Amino acid sequence: MKRIRIDEKYCMGCRLCEVHCIVQHSKTKNILKTYMGECSKPAPRIFVEEKGYVTFALQCRHCEDAPCLDACMTGAMYRDKETGAVLCSEDKCVGCWMCIMVCPFGVISRSSDKKIASKCDLCMGEDMPVCVKNCPNEALKYEDSKD
Amino acid sequence: MKTLKTEYLIIGNSASGAACIEGIRKIDKTGSITVISDENTFNYSRPLISYFLAGKVKKEEMPFRDKKFYSKNNVKLILGNMAKKLDTKKRIVCLSHGEKNIFNKLLIAIGGSPIIPEIKGSWLDGVFAFTTFGDVVAIKDYIKNHTVKRAIVIGGGLIGLKAVEALIELGIKVSIVELADRILSTTFDTKASEIIQDALRKTGCNIFSNNTVVEILGKDNNKKVKSVTLKTRKQVPADLVITAIGVSPNIQLVKNTSISINKGILVDETMQTNVKDIYAAGDVCEKNIPIWPNAFKQGRIAGENMAGGNAVYTGGIAMNSVELCGIPTISIGKTSLEQDKYKILEMHKKEELIYKKIVLENNHIVGCIFVGNIERAGIYTGLIINRVDISNVKDTLLEEDFGILALPEKYRKHLVGDVGLEV
Repeated sequence: MKRIRIDEKYCMGCRLCEVHCIVQHSKTKNILKTYMGECSKPAPRIFVEEKGYVTFALQCRHCEDAPCLDACMTGAMYRDKETGAVLCSEDKCVGCWMCIMVCPFGVISRSSDKKIASKCDLCMGEDMPVCVKNCPNEALKYEDSKD
Repeated sequence: MKTLKTEYLIIGNSASGAACIEGIRKIDKTGSITVISDENTFNYSRPLISYFLAGKVKKEEMPFRDKKFYSKNNVKLILGNMAKKLDTKKRIVCLSHGEKNIFNKLLIAIGGSPIIPEIKGSWLDGVFAFTTFGDVVAIKDYIKNHTVKRAIVIGGGLIGLKAVEALIELGIKVSIVELADRILSTTFDTKASEIIQDALRKTGCNIFSNNTVVEILGKDNNKKVKSVTLKTRKQVPADLVITAIGVSPNIQLVKNTSISINKGILVDETMQTNVKDIYAAGDVCEKNIPIWPNAFKQGRIAGENMAGGNAVYTGGIAMNSVELCGIPTISIGKTSLEQDKYKILEMHKKEELIYKKIVLENNHIVGCIFVGNIERAGIYTGLIINRVDISNVKDTLLEEDFGILALPEKYRKHLVGDVGLEV
């Protein structure tokens, strides 16, 4: 199963990953329309952290023993059988924020309209997550996990 | 009478029961599983009942596992049938319909029942508990068939307040009667409670704290509720009363068996009772913190162990996430402490209704409250559960951009450097 690996020593904090993540999850998937026209620009599903020389971009780790799966009271959070990714069915989520409460990485947030949980979906349908694809310095890699 | 044999018998079809199925099937793909539930509904998420009352969630959206869940996992489901008698020696559970079930391994996950206050008039029409889907169906029917303009909710805890919110949504004027000096007294501190109290009052809600209902009065030949009398002798008119003062473990089934109980069923860290092969999980257990994630985790661990695994439940901490009046809130661990041994970090933006509090004991976080802004709250949960020494980042804990990066390098590398690992 493929996962995103973070290599913090190569991250420059350019935030291109964040921009592409927002665009990918927008209605139009068009950068100009997303940033200039869309009424509610999606919340980024990647968190760029920066302090001094250290910077990295963090998104859902799709944990093996994911606390958000146990905590979800509606069954909205589920594991995709094929890819092993932890995904959120938007039509089942009621926004109770239990997942936000238990995620030790702090990478689940409220959607831009504050109604449902928003998290990394590994850009399902694409051959590679857009944050990885657009990282200019290979600080994010899409690799087979060890197991 | 029919006698059925099953490898795994699960009594209860809520969080722990469903999680147990998943736990068993992780290890044993074929052993026969039977689930018994006294409720007639296909599985549903209990915390969603307030959403159902408010009309935000439809009946068909209540299940937390889809219809195929039972067939896919090859589970026999017996609904609307109560486990009446348990023989721990012969390993037999007798059902209310007379059927007998012989099991090899048993999980008792029958939850808790609402504590009904001993108040004169609590038997009147229009007085309801707020625990099951059935309760809410009855409340909805009552509202439909009667003129309900004013309601009283007894108990200002999380469940009571979710009922309050749903009733407000339906255009009903609500009064809350709370025994403590403020609502949410067990999960919040005074400041956090006040933010929610103010928001509730703005919607027209009355809050009677330091108070109780001593009598419920009726009308129409003393059949239907018309008002309540408070401890302070004040009369408050009400067309509907909901009681939400707490839940106690359902232990009738195990009373007079060899299973050890106190207030709830006693279990070890594998979720097994003192009787071999009989397990218990969720709100039926002693000293359990009755929240969804704990019940689910316990059920899964019990299931794995019933199927021969060796999973261990390391205990859960008190955690609650609830959005009230559009204000998201999260509280974790110890939140309302006055003693000197705890150091408190606080940030309060009154106008924006934002409040953050972190409780420190020596160099560890032991509790947090987030009101208004809950982003990345789980990082703090992780720090509490993993007992991470935060002495070097104490001063940055309340900063807006506090994140994984601020954490001790060892913990951070462990989290960030690897792929999908468990913390």
